[in-house]
Amino acid sequence: MAGTAVPGRLTWRVATLVDAVEETPTARTLVLEVPGWPGHLAGQHVDVRLTAEDGYRAQRSYSLAAPAKGDLVRITVQELADGEVSPYLVRGLSIGDPVELRGPVGGWFVWRPTDPSPVLLVAGGSGVVPLVAMVRARREAGVRTPFRLVYSVRSPGDRLYADELNRPEPGLDISYVYTRTTPEGWPAPPHRIGVPDVNSGGWPAEFEPACFVCGPTGFVEKVADILVALGHDPRRVRTERFGG
Amino acid sequence: MDGGTEFVDGNALAGTLAEVFAVDVTAALARCGSCGETGPLAGLRVYGRAPGLVARCPGCESVVLRVNRGPGAAWLDLRGATCLRVDLPD
Ligand SMILES: Cc1cc2nc3c(=O)[nH]c(=O)nc-3n(C[C@H](O)[C@H](O)[C@H](O)COP(=O)(O)OP(=O)(O)OC[C@H]3O[C@@H](n4cnc5c(N)ncnc54)[C@H](O)[C@@H]3O)c2cc1C
Ligand SMILES: [Zn+2]
Repeated sequence: MAGTAVPGRLTWRVATLVDAVEETPTARTLVLEVPGWPGHLAGQHVDVRLTAEDGYRAQRSYSLAAPAKGDLVRITVQELADGEVSPYLVRGLSIGDPVELRGPVGGWFVWRPTDPSPVLLVAGGSGVVPLVAMVRARREAGVRTPFRLVYSVRSPGDRLYADELNRPEPGLDISYVYTRTTPEGWPAPPHRIGVPDVNSGGWPAEFEPACFVCGPTGFVEKVADILVALGHDPRRVRTERFGG
Repeated sequence: MDGGTEFVDGNALAGTLAEVFAVDVTAALARCGSCGETGPLAGLRVYGRAPGLVARCPGCESVVLRVNRGPGAAWLDLRGATCLRVDLPD
Protein backbone atom coordinates (compact mmCIF):
# COMPACT_ATOMS: atom_id res chain seq x y z
CA MET A 1 0.00 0.00 0.00
CA ALA A 2 2.81 2.42 0.85
CA GLY A 3 3.42 4.97 -1.89
CA THR A 4 0.16 4.27 -3.68
CA ALA A 5 -1.97 6.69 -1.68
CA VAL A 6 -3.89 9.18 -3.78
CA PRO A 7 -3.43 12.64 -2.25
CA GLY A 8 -6.46 13.66 -0.21
CA ARG A 9 -7.81 10.18 0.19
CA LEU A 10 -6.80 8.35 3.27
CA THR A 11 -5.43 4.83 3.38
CA TRP A 12 -3.99 2.55 6.04
CA ARG A 13 -0.24 2.66 6.49
CA VAL A 14 2.15 0.49 8.43
CA ALA A 15 3.79 2.23 11.36
CA THR A 16 6.66 0.84 13.42
CA LEU A 17 7.03 1.15 17.18
CA VAL A 18 10.44 2.78 17.69
CA ASP A 19 10.25 3.87 21.33
CA ALA A 20 7.90 3.69 24.31
CA VAL A 21 7.52 5.61 27.57
CA GLU A 22 5.79 4.21 30.66
CA GLU A 23 3.64 7.11 31.83
CA THR A 24 1.96 5.27 34.71
CA PRO A 25 1.70 1.54 35.52
CA THR A 26 -1.30 1.34 33.16
CA ALA A 27 -0.52 3.88 30.44
CA ARG A 28 2.17 3.97 27.81
CA THR A 29 3.24 6.46 25.18
CA LEU A 30 4.08 4.84 21.86
CA VAL A 31 6.51 6.58 19.53
CA LEU A 32 5.64 5.40 16.05
CA GLU A 33 7.56 5.91 12.86
CA VAL A 34 5.22 6.55 9.93
CA PRO A 35 7.13 7.02 6.66
CA GLY A 36 5.92 10.11 4.80
CA TRP A 37 3.89 11.51 7.72
CA PRO A 38 2.33 14.80 6.48
CA GLY A 39 2.24 16.60 9.85
CA HIS A 40 -0.89 17.33 11.89
CA LEU A 41 -2.76 19.78 14.09
CA ALA A 42 -3.05 19.50 17.86
CA GLY A 43 -6.25 17.63 18.71
CA GLN A 44 -6.27 15.37 15.66
CA HIS A 45 -6.24 11.61 16.03
CA VAL A 46 -5.31 8.44 14.22
CA ASP A 47 -7.21 5.22 13.78
CA VAL A 48 -5.26 2.12 14.74
CA ARG A 49 -6.17 -1.30 13.38
CA LEU A 50 -5.13 -4.71 14.66
CA THR A 51 -5.62 -7.87 12.63
CA ALA A 52 -5.59 -11.31 14.28
CA GLU A 53 -4.18 -14.38 12.58
CA ASP A 54 -7.69 -15.52 11.64
CA GLY A 55 -8.34 -12.18 9.93
CA TYR A 56 -10.49 -10.69 12.72
CA ARG A 57 -9.95 -6.97 12.95
CA ALA A 58 -10.42 -4.37 15.67
CA GLN A 59 -10.09 -0.65 15.13
CA ARG A 60 -9.83 2.19 17.65
CA SER A 61 -9.05 5.91 17.62
CA TYR A 62 -6.10 7.46 19.51
CA SER A 63 -5.28 11.12 19.83
CA LEU A 64 -1.93 12.38 18.65
CA ALA A 65 -0.16 13.35 21.86
CA ALA A 66 2.43 15.81 20.51
CA PRO A 67 3.46 17.69 17.38
CA ALA A 68 5.21 15.36 14.92
CA LYS A 69 8.99 15.20 14.71
CA GLY A 70 9.49 14.36 11.06
CA ASP A 71 8.06 10.87 10.61
CA LEU A 72 7.72 10.25 14.35
CA VAL A 73 4.33 10.56 16.03
CA ARG A 74 3.22 9.84 19.60
CA ILE A 75 0.06 8.38 21.02
CA THR A 76 -0.62 7.62 24.70
CA VAL A 77 -2.82 4.66 25.50
CA GLN A 78 -4.55 4.05 28.82
CA GLU A 79 -5.13 0.37 29.43
CA LEU A 80 -8.71 -0.75 30.12
CA ALA A 81 -8.44 -4.03 32.02
CA ASP A 82 -11.19 -5.75 30.03
CA GLY A 83 -10.42 -3.96 26.77
CA GLU A 84 -9.83 -5.58 23.42
CA VAL A 85 -7.19 -3.27 21.95
CA SER A 86 -5.66 -1.10 24.69
CA PRO A 87 -3.95 -3.92 26.68
CA TYR A 88 -2.12 -4.99 23.54
CA LEU A 89 -0.95 -1.45 22.78
CA VAL A 90 0.16 -0.88 26.39
CA ARG A 91 1.84 -4.22 27.06
CA GLY A 92 1.86 -6.41 23.94
CA LEU A 93 3.46 -4.36 21.20
CA SER A 94 7.30 -4.48 21.26
CA ILE A 95 9.91 -2.15 19.81
CA GLY A 96 10.25 -2.90 16.10
CA ASP A 97 6.72 -4.32 15.78
CA PRO A 98 4.45 -3.00 13.03
CA VAL A 99 0.95 -1.66 13.58
CA GLU A 100 -1.56 -0.38 11.03
CA LEU A 101 -2.64 3.23 11.31
CA ARG A 102 -4.41 5.92 9.32
CA GLY A 103 -4.42 9.64 9.84
CA PRO A 104 -4.15 12.37 10.82
CA VAL A 105 -7.93 12.83 10.92
CA GLY A 106 -10.45 15.19 12.49
CA GLY A 107 -10.71 18.87 11.65
CA TRP A 108 -13.06 20.05 14.40
CA PHE A 109 -11.49 19.24 17.74
CA VAL A 110 -8.28 21.10 16.87
CA TRP A 111 -6.38 24.07 18.21
CA ARG A 112 -4.37 26.32 15.92
CA PRO A 113 -1.55 28.48 17.35
CA THR A 114 -2.85 31.39 15.23
CA ASP A 115 -6.10 31.52 17.27
CA PRO A 116 -5.64 34.38 19.77
CA SER A 117 -8.56 33.40 22.09
CA PRO A 118 -7.69 32.25 25.59
CA VAL A 119 -7.99 28.50 25.89
CA LEU A 120 -9.66 26.35 28.52
CA LEU A 121 -8.80 22.66 28.52
CA VAL A 122 -10.79 20.26 30.71
CA ALA A 123 -9.53 16.69 30.86
CA GLY A 124 -10.87 13.55 32.46
CA GLY A 125 -8.33 10.71 32.72
CA SER A 126 -6.76 9.84 29.37
CA GLY A 127 -8.74 12.71 27.86
CA VAL A 128 -5.70 14.79 28.72
CA VAL A 129 -3.84 13.36 25.70
CA PRO A 130 -5.11 15.67 22.92
CA LEU A 131 -5.19 18.59 25.37
CA VAL A 132 -1.52 18.16 26.24
CA ALA A 133 -0.92 17.98 22.48
CA MET A 134 -2.35 21.53 22.41
CA VAL A 135 -0.11 22.61 25.31
CA ARG A 136 2.88 21.18 23.45
CA ALA A 137 1.88 22.85 20.19
CA ARG A 138 1.61 26.18 22.05
CA ARG A 139 5.10 25.69 23.48
CA GLU A 140 6.55 24.69 20.13
CA ALA A 141 4.96 27.66 18.34
CA GLY A 142 6.28 30.01 21.03
CA VAL A 143 2.95 31.84 21.30
CA ARG A 144 1.67 33.45 24.50
CA THR A 145 -1.99 32.51 24.21
CA PRO A 146 -3.15 32.09 27.83
CA PHE A 147 -4.06 28.47 28.63
CA ARG A 148 -5.80 26.92 31.60
CA LEU A 149 -6.03 23.20 32.15
CA VAL A 150 -8.37 21.52 34.62
CA TYR A 151 -7.29 17.90 34.92
CA SER A 152 -9.47 15.35 36.70
CA VAL A 153 -7.78 12.07 37.67
CA ARG A 154 -8.37 9.29 40.13
CA SER A 155 -5.17 9.68 42.12
CA PRO A 156 -1.83 11.50 41.91
CA GLY A 157 -0.21 8.35 40.49
CA ASP A 158 -2.67 8.30 37.58
CA ARG A 159 -1.54 11.65 36.20
CA LEU A 160 -0.14 11.39 32.69
CA TYR A 161 2.90 13.54 31.80
CA ALA A 162 3.23 14.42 35.50
CA ASP A 163 6.83 15.69 35.39
CA GLU A 164 6.21 17.82 32.33
CA LEU A 165 3.06 19.35 33.78
CA ASN A 166 4.77 19.99 37.14
CA ARG A 167 7.28 22.31 35.49
CA PRO A 168 6.05 25.89 35.67
CA GLU A 169 5.24 27.34 32.27
CA PRO A 170 4.37 31.02 31.74
CA GLY A 171 0.80 31.47 30.61
CA LEU A 172 -0.28 27.93 31.48
CA ASP A 173 -2.24 27.40 34.71
CA ILE A 174 -3.13 23.89 35.80
CA SER A 175 -5.57 22.79 38.46
CA TYR A 176 -6.29 19.23 39.51
CA VAL A 177 -9.41 17.43 40.62
CA TYR A 178 -8.87 14.08 42.35
CA THR A 179 -11.76 11.66 42.26
CA ARG A 180 -10.44 8.84 44.53
CA THR A 181 -7.22 9.72 46.35
CA THR A 182 -5.67 13.13 46.87
CA PRO A 183 -2.04 14.04 47.59
CA GLU A 184 -1.30 14.48 51.29
CA GLY A 185 -2.57 17.76 52.70
CA TRP A 186 -4.71 18.50 49.62
CA PRO A 187 -7.32 21.12 50.47
CA ALA A 188 -10.33 19.30 48.99
CA PRO A 189 -11.56 15.75 49.60
CA PRO A 190 -11.80 13.41 46.59
CA HIS A 191 -14.80 14.33 44.45
CA ARG A 192 -16.13 14.34 40.93
CA ILE A 193 -15.68 17.53 38.95
CA GLY A 194 -18.34 20.16 39.64
CA VAL A 195 -19.25 23.77 38.97
CA PRO A 196 -16.74 25.24 41.48
CA ASP A 197 -13.84 23.33 39.91
CA VAL A 198 -14.67 24.47 36.39
CA ASN A 199 -15.48 27.98 37.56
CA SER A 200 -12.28 28.56 39.55
CA GLY A 201 -9.97 26.67 37.18
CA GLY A 202 -11.42 28.12 34.00
CA TRP A 203 -11.98 31.51 32.39
CA PRO A 204 -15.02 33.73 32.86
CA ALA A 205 -17.43 33.31 29.95
CA GLU A 206 -16.99 37.03 29.08
CA PHE A 207 -13.41 36.25 28.02
CA GLU A 208 -14.89 34.07 25.27
CA PRO A 209 -12.32 31.31 25.60
CA ALA A 210 -12.07 28.40 23.22
CA CYS A 211 -13.05 25.42 25.39
CA PHE A 212 -11.87 21.88 24.72
CA VAL A 213 -13.31 19.08 26.83
CA CYS A 214 -12.09 15.50 26.53
CA GLY A 215 -12.47 12.27 28.46
CA PRO A 216 -14.97 9.52 29.16
CA THR A 217 -18.41 10.24 27.71
CA GLY A 218 -20.14 10.85 31.08
CA PHE A 219 -17.39 13.25 32.16
CA VAL A 220 -17.60 15.23 28.92
CA GLU A 221 -21.40 15.44 29.19
CA LYS A 222 -21.17 16.85 32.67
CA VAL A 223 -18.43 19.38 31.95
CA ALA A 224 -20.07 20.59 28.73
CA ASP A 225 -23.31 21.17 30.67
CA ILE A 226 -21.44 23.05 33.40
CA LEU A 227 -19.70 25.30 30.86
CA VAL A 228 -22.96 26.17 29.16
CA ALA A 229 -24.60 26.81 32.55
CA LEU A 230 -21.70 29.16 33.38
CA GLY A 231 -22.58 31.15 30.30
CA HIS A 232 -20.16 29.83 27.68
CA ASP A 233 -21.43 29.82 24.11
CA PRO A 234 -22.08 26.15 23.22
CA ARG A 235 -20.41 26.77 19.87
CA ARG A 236 -17.17 27.57 21.67
CA VAL A 237 -17.26 24.31 23.63
CA ARG A 238 -15.66 21.54 21.58
CA THR A 239 -15.82 18.02 22.87
CA GLU A 240 -14.10 14.71 22.31
CA ARG A 241 -15.82 11.80 24.02
CA PHE A 242 -13.62 8.73 24.40
CA GLY A 243 -16.47 6.32 25.20
CA GLY A 244 -16.97 4.30 28.37
CA MET B 1 -26.79 0.07 24.40
CA ASP B 2 -28.54 2.02 27.12
CA GLY B 3 -28.33 5.27 25.19
CA GLY B 4 -26.49 6.71 28.17
CA THR B 5 -22.77 6.94 27.65
CA GLU B 6 -22.33 4.42 24.86
CA PHE B 7 -21.48 7.04 22.28
CA VAL B 8 -18.60 9.21 21.20
CA ASP B 9 -18.45 12.45 19.20
CA GLY B 10 -18.69 12.80 15.43
CA ASN B 11 -14.91 13.32 15.48
CA ALA B 12 -14.73 9.54 15.46
CA LEU B 13 -16.26 9.52 11.95
CA ALA B 14 -13.23 11.33 10.58
CA GLY B 15 -11.14 8.33 9.60
CA THR B 16 -13.89 6.44 7.79
CA LEU B 17 -15.19 9.55 6.01
CA ALA B 18 -11.65 10.57 5.01
CA GLU B 19 -11.54 7.37 2.99
CA VAL B 20 -14.49 8.67 0.98
CA PHE B 21 -14.07 12.45 0.86
CA ALA B 22 -11.02 14.47 -0.14
CA VAL B 23 -11.61 17.06 2.59
CA ASP B 24 -12.36 16.62 6.28
CA VAL B 25 -16.13 16.67 6.51
CA THR B 26 -16.39 16.36 10.30
CA ALA B 27 -16.14 20.16 10.43
CA ALA B 28 -18.90 20.47 7.78
CA LEU B 29 -22.34 21.63 8.92
CA ALA B 30 -25.18 19.14 8.67
CA ARG B 31 -28.86 19.89 9.12
CA CYS B 32 -30.96 17.25 10.87
CA GLY B 33 -33.83 16.12 8.67
CA SER B 34 -36.09 15.58 11.69
CA CYS B 35 -35.69 18.61 13.95
CA GLY B 36 -33.71 21.00 11.75
CA GLU B 37 -30.85 21.43 14.22
CA THR B 38 -27.69 22.43 12.35
CA GLY B 39 -24.21 21.72 13.60
CA PRO B 40 -20.90 20.18 12.64
CA LEU B 41 -20.79 16.45 11.94
CA ALA B 42 -18.24 16.42 14.77
CA GLY B 43 -21.10 17.27 17.14
CA LEU B 44 -23.20 14.23 16.27
CA ARG B 45 -23.43 11.28 18.66
CA VAL B 46 -21.71 8.28 17.18
CA TYR B 47 -22.79 4.80 18.22
CA GLY B 48 -21.16 1.51 17.31
CA ARG B 49 -17.65 0.60 16.37
CA ALA B 50 -15.86 1.08 13.06
CA PRO B 51 -16.29 -0.22 10.41
CA GLY B 52 -20.05 0.30 11.07
CA LEU B 53 -21.05 3.64 12.62
CA VAL B 54 -24.40 5.33 13.24
CA ALA B 55 -24.46 9.07 13.92
CA ARG B 56 -27.46 10.61 15.67
CA CYS B 57 -28.60 14.20 16.14
CA PRO B 58 -27.63 15.53 19.61
CA GLY B 59 -30.96 17.41 19.69
CA CYS B 60 -33.51 14.72 18.84
CA GLU B 61 -31.52 11.45 18.59
CA SER B 62 -32.68 10.80 15.00
CA VAL B 63 -30.21 9.03 12.75
CA VAL B 64 -28.45 11.62 10.59
CA LEU B 65 -25.81 9.46 8.98
CA ARG B 66 -24.76 5.85 8.72
CA VAL B 67 -21.49 4.65 7.31
CA ASN B 68 -20.24 1.16 6.83
CA ARG B 69 -16.85 0.28 5.43
CA GLY B 70 -17.21 -3.17 3.94
CA PRO B 71 -14.83 -5.23 1.84
CA GLY B 72 -14.01 -3.20 -1.26
CA ALA B 73 -16.64 -0.49 -0.67
CA ALA B 74 -18.01 2.05 1.76
CA TRP B 75 -21.77 2.54 2.25
CA LEU B 76 -22.86 6.00 3.22
CA ASP B 77 -26.50 6.68 4.11
CA LEU B 78 -27.15 10.40 4.55
CA ARG B 79 -30.93 10.38 4.36
CA GLY B 80 -31.28 11.84 7.86
CA ALA B 81 -29.54 15.05 6.79
CA THR B 82 -31.27 17.60 4.60
CA CYS B 83 -28.16 19.56 3.81
CA LEU B 84 -24.41 19.41 4.21
CA ARG B 85 -22.28 22.55 4.04
CA VAL B 86 -18.57 22.08 3.45
CA ASP B 87 -16.25 25.09 3.72
CA LEU B 88 -13.73 25.10 0.89
CA PRO B 89 -10.99 27.51 -0.07
CA ASP B 90 -11.72 29.21 -3.43
C1 LIG C 1 -11.50 10.35 18.81
C2 LIG C 1 -11.05 9.45 19.93
C3 LIG C 1 -9.77 9.60 20.47
C4 LIG C 1 -9.31 8.76 21.48
N1 LIG C 1 -8.06 8.96 22.01
C5 LIG C 1 -7.60 8.13 22.99
C6 LIG C 1 -6.28 8.34 23.56
O1 LIG C 1 -5.54 9.25 23.18
N2 LIG C 1 -5.88 7.47 24.53
C7 LIG C 1 -6.67 6.44 24.98
O2 LIG C 1 -6.22 5.68 25.85
N3 LIG C 1 -7.91 6.24 24.46
C8 LIG C 1 -8.39 7.06 23.48
N4 LIG C 1 -9.65 6.84 22.94
C9 LIG C 1 -10.41 5.64 23.37
C10 LIG C 1 -9.96 4.45 22.51
O3 LIG C 1 -10.37 4.65 21.16
C11 LIG C 1 -10.57 3.10 22.96
O4 LIG C 1 -11.96 3.24 23.09
C12 LIG C 1 -9.98 2.62 24.28
O5 LIG C 1 -8.56 2.40 24.14
C13 LIG C 1 -10.65 1.32 24.71
O6 LIG C 1 -10.47 0.36 23.71
P1 LIG C 1 -10.37 -1.20 24.09
O7 LIG C 1 -10.45 -1.97 22.82
O8 LIG C 1 -9.19 -1.45 24.97
O9 LIG C 1 -11.63 -1.45 24.99
P2 LIG C 1 -13.11 -2.05 24.51
O10 LIG C 1 -12.87 -3.53 24.32
O11 LIG C 1 -13.53 -1.29 23.36
O12 LIG C 1 -13.93 -1.71 25.76
C14 LIG C 1 -13.89 -2.42 26.96
C15 LIG C 1 -14.95 -1.92 27.91
O13 LIG C 1 -14.62 -0.60 28.37
C16 LIG C 1 -15.66 0.33 28.04
N5 LIG C 1 -14.98 1.55 27.60
C17 LIG C 1 -14.63 1.88 26.34
N6 LIG C 1 -13.98 3.06 26.34
C18 LIG C 1 -13.91 3.46 27.62
C19 LIG C 1 -13.36 4.60 28.27
N7 LIG C 1 -12.73 5.57 27.60
N8 LIG C 1 -13.46 4.67 29.61
C20 LIG C 1 -14.07 3.70 30.32
N9 LIG C 1 -14.63 2.61 29.76
C21 LIG C 1 -14.55 2.50 28.44
C22 LIG C 1 -16.45 -0.30 26.95
O14 LIG C 1 -17.80 0.14 26.99
C23 LIG C 1 -16.32 -1.78 27.30
O15 LIG C 1 -17.24 -2.14 28.29
C24 LIG C 1 -10.15 7.71 21.96
C25 LIG C 1 -11.42 7.55 21.42
C26 LIG C 1 -11.89 8.41 20.43
C27 LIG C 1 -13.27 8.21 19.88
ZN1 LIG D 1 -32.55 16.36 15.15
